[in-house]
Amino acid sequence: MEPSLSFFSDFNINDFWFLGQAAVRTLWISLLSISLGTVLGIFFGWALYEGKLAATLTLAPLLDVFRSVPLIIQLVLFYNFAPIMGLNLDPFGSGVVILTIYTSALVANVARGGIEAVGKPLRNAARSLGISYWQDLRYIVFPIGGRAVFPAWVGVALGVMKDSALVSVLGYVELLKASQILITRTQEPFLILIVAGAFYFALSYPISRYAANLEKSWAQ
Amino acid sequence: MIQIRDLHKYFGPLHVLKGINLEVKKGEVLSVIGSSGSGKSTLLYCINGLETIQKGDIIVNDIHVHAKQTNLNQVRQKMGMVFQQWNSFPHLTAVENVALAPKIVKGKSKAEARKIALSQLEHVGLLDKVDAYPNALSGGQQQRLAIARALAMEPDYMLFDEATSALDPELVGEVLDTMRLLAEEGMTMICVTHEMSFARDVSDRVAFFHDGVMEEIGSPSQIFGAPQSEHTRKFLAKVR
Amino acid sequence: MFDYNFHWRPVLKTLPDLLDAALLTLEVAILAMLIGIVIGLCLALIRLHMKGSLYWFATSWVELARNTPALFQLFFFGFGLGAFGLHLSPYLIVLTALSFNCAGYLAENFRGGFLAIPETQMRSARSLGMTAWQAYTRIVIPQVFRIVYHPITNQIVWCVLMSSLGMLVGFRELSGETQFFASRTFRIFEYFAATAVIYYVIVKLILVASRILAARLFRY
Repeated sequence: MEPSLSFFSDFNINDFWFLGQAAVRTLWISLLSISLGTVLGIFFGWALYEGKLAATLTLAPLLDVFRSVPLIIQLVLFYNFAPIMGLNLDPFGSGVVILTIYTSALVANVARGGIEAVGKPLRNAARSLGISYWQDLRYIVFPIGGRAVFPAWVGVALGVMKDSALVSVLGYVELLKASQILITRTQEPFLILIVAGAFYFALSYPISRYAANLEKSWAQ
Repeated sequence: MIQIRDLHKYFGPLHVLKGINLEVKKGEVLSVIGSSGSGKSTLLYCINGLETIQKGDIIVNDIHVHAKQTNLNQVRQKMGMVFQQWNSFPHLTAVENVALAPKIVKGKSKAEARKIALSQLEHVGLLDKVDAYPNALSGGQQQRLAIARALAMEPDYMLFDEATSALDPELVGEVLDTMRLLAEEGMTMICVTHEMSFARDVSDRVAFFHDGVMEEIGSPSQIFGAPQSEHTRKFLAKVR
Repeated sequence: MFDYNFHWRPVLKTLPDLLDAALLTLEVAILAMLIGIVIGLCLALIRLHMKGSLYWFATSWVELARNTPALFQLFFFGFGLGAFGLHLSPYLIVLTALSFNCAGYLAENFRGGFLAIPETQMRSARSLGMTAWQAYTRIVIPQVFRIVYHPITNQIVWCVLMSSLGMLVGFRELSGETQFFASRTFRIFEYFAATAVIYYVIVKLILVASRILAARLFRY
């Protein structure tokens, strides 16, 4: 072993591999939940914007619940509720379901804001050209509104990526759970946490800066 | 009296005031005209000490404004300033806007400050808007509020920096009327303005600025009737 | 489908304990907010007006707080500091982690608030003879406060939700207490469902209180 690493007596190259695999699991569950949640959230946002009575009365308060209860409680609750309903979901499955719904609740607000940002006059102008309702959504609302709220969506996505760490409470070994396991074994909390923190930071920081710069350049 | 001697001002490499000499006597109304970028607004900022100067002297009531030992906050109390953008304090009602500085700068009691504020609001014709917040006032009303706010400090001088330029045309009149009223009451005023009729009818003297230089100064009839400088003639032909 | 027998009696019996724990949740969240507001304000002012090492310190704080998971921050103050022989009590772990996180997020809100106040406000205050301090405290800060009022409200909610992570470091706030009772009685679903309701009510109460306060504070 390298002499420089001897200071961390029990931490070896296999443990890095172990952390790396866990990091991949963090990425995987995040990507899956963010993608599914975004699609679902855009649909919810559209439903809320169209403001049909049913959507306002049922969807809005329901989504609100997912924003008003701690994610960790949601995860434990669902993980224990699924078997009651006869569903047998592993921690990963439960995590994806809850993270997806959680993402969609946040994205719904963003999406509705995006549609509102487009403004009625522009849409009327589009419709006056003979463009259909769906074409209007596809070619006018989506590009313009999407651009307006893209930075906000990036914020939501990064938030979910960080919050995915909470799935560890169900026993899913993502990055922070793996760190915890290693800390217990090696008693090297500082080094291991720095490695884990650096991974999240390296992922989140450039993307958030990119979104902030986009927002700034679009504001001008 | 305001005395300005050989005033030079730079913004980085930009020489924006190139040796200004000027005296404004008590009770005098001076209008400063010229195209934008000629340095006339900068002159006001320098007089008020909101901008530093690089050379020369500005003396207000025998106090050197830009001397190190000068307490700028005291000098500024002698000079009320009204800006192009009216800058009402949006979180305060009209009367609070006016009463704040007498209270915290001059240390007046709450009741006294309110009394001063009310009398100044009456002065500018805003007595019916005492408890309104600025966002409920028109631009013209907000600008009159700004004038009342400055007057509440009982200044010896009033400096107006294009006080009507940002207003909708139909609101310009009420602000000019207020300024005219102050002039009639004998207030000493320096007005940077684009309103030629105001400069001609109200002021005692008119100064024309061009490219950082005071090209010409004289009575309104002289400046508007028989301008000496070529630049003045061109400028007046353009704004007429 | 539901061949599960719900047992709510144990939950009802321990409800007073849960509500006590909810008060502890509120306490730690509000305390963390107050600390976060003070530090966040300082960080924002440093980032706006200073250069050199102080600027880098403040910027690092803000970026670390915003770009790593809250759970990571909790672990850091929990086990990470253990590497230096510093062992905090569960209460202090949660309080420091929450304060650290809130300060980082609030700093950015404050910074945006200060940038939104036109420079001319300061200038006209100074032209009336106010000192820089007077102009700051009487003119600028009250306007900034109005701008950041809603972000602060959101941050309080977020802080309450985030305090639920306390159960992962053995802190017996609402979530920790819930987990304690749940594992003792094996009525996991019932306990976590009740707790979800309590969190929801707390969040709604905060939002209502904030709205009432706003109506009283901001009449313009």
